[in-house]
Amino acid sequence: MNPDLISYLLQLADNSLIHGHRLSEWCGHGPVLEVDMALSNIALDNIGAARSFYQYIAEIEGGDKTEDSYPYFRDVTEFKNILLVELPNGDFGDTIARSFYFDAFQQVFYKSLSQSSDERIAAIAQKSLKEVMYHLRFSREWVIRLGDGTDESKNRIQKSIHKYWEYTGEMFLPSEVEKNLTASNSAVDVSLLKDEWMQIVTETIEDARISFPLSAENAWFQQGGKNGMHTEYLGFVLAELQYMQKTYPGAEW
Amino acid sequence: MNKLSIHTKESVWALLENVSDPEVPVLSIHDLGVVRDVIVSNDDEVEVIITPTYSGCPAMHAIASNIKFELIAHGFKQVTVKEILSPAWTTDWITEAGKQKLKEYGIAPPQYSTANNPHEKDAVVPCPRCNSIETTLISQFGSTACKALYKCDTCLEPFDYFKCH
Repeated sequence: MNPDLISYLLQLADNSLIHGHRLSEWCGHGPVLEVDMALSNIALDNIGAARSFYQYIAEIEGGDKTEDSYPYFRDVTEFKNILLVELPNGDFGDTIARSFYFDAFQQVFYKSLSQSSDERIAAIAQKSLKEVMYHLRFSREWVIRLGDGTDESKNRIQKSIHKYWEYTGEMFLPSEVEKNLTASNSAVDVSLLKDEWMQIVTETIEDARISFPLSAENAWFQQGGKNGMHTEYLGFVLAELQYMQKTYPGAEW
Repeated sequence: MNKLSIHTKESVWALLENVSDPEVPVLSIHDLGVVRDVIVSNDDEVEVIITPTYSGCPAMHAIASNIKFELIAHGFKQVTVKEILSPAWTTDWITEAGKQKLKEYGIAPPQYSTANNPHEKDAVVPCPRCNSIETTLISQFGSTACKALYKCDTCLEPFDYFKCH
């Protein structure tokens, strides 16, 4: 068993799970019905991708591990998701900006991961890539609609685009685990993805007639999630997500 | 119990025609194109290989259970349902009969192959009720992950479109 591989798979699964969980918080609260349904559908795709990775980990680890062992029975410091996805939803513009940065990353990332030398990882990536293209289309179009909308919506999406910028750098900073696995081509060298991601971001910001984050050049970026160092927000996400299984371990319906 | 004396690959495929998609009940899982292979062994053991439509599709669990019920009811002792992800499911695998059934049910079937699927804004999606091509996309995400929401500008009815994927 390769501990680096387990750790890498957890990182991918946790990113999708926490992003999906955050989006699921919108269920029943969307600004209009269509958006509510879209956010819930996107949440479902992400949770589905997370399940595929957790199932793979459970098969590798064997024993009494199941796909549920990982989301429900690990604590904050064992989660390896990037900080961006655990940040609170804020207002609708905040959720759109945060999703847009992440969706654009996921599209570029899964495209590259589809070529992984690990066949199972490649299969999950190919499946997810098709879904993420829809997610990006949704969040990108909302960045444009809000930016090119009223003064109020423009100011707010502009603020949101700035707000999450310092959390985007972590996506392109490879952890030790990622570096080790890149050598065997099972993982993606994320540092090579930034240009393509930046192109999507730049085009979208131009189409939305808003301005680029002021600190875009030589910015200092938040990091730590990949190594289990999280913001205080993740604990609250897990408290809700894990409540039932921690109170009634093994509960089923 | 309608126990078949000899099970073959073909007889299992025929039985799977009776298993429908829980969210679009007019479609069998064969029409939907999610059954990838059937392996019969020892006459009463069978493995059915399926592929999920969307990663988080909650129907997959129900489909796997329904496959088991159907085949056990027809004499199989051991039924295994295995999920594979690759090659990824695509709407190109929905059968022609399936597309016709979708339309009759009121859901516009996929209009393009995934290889040359235009952007939603440029796609022409005829209304399944009045066949008008004057229709407007309301939302890329409909009542389930696989559908988009449209309205017909001629008969004014809203309808679901099974989007190319």
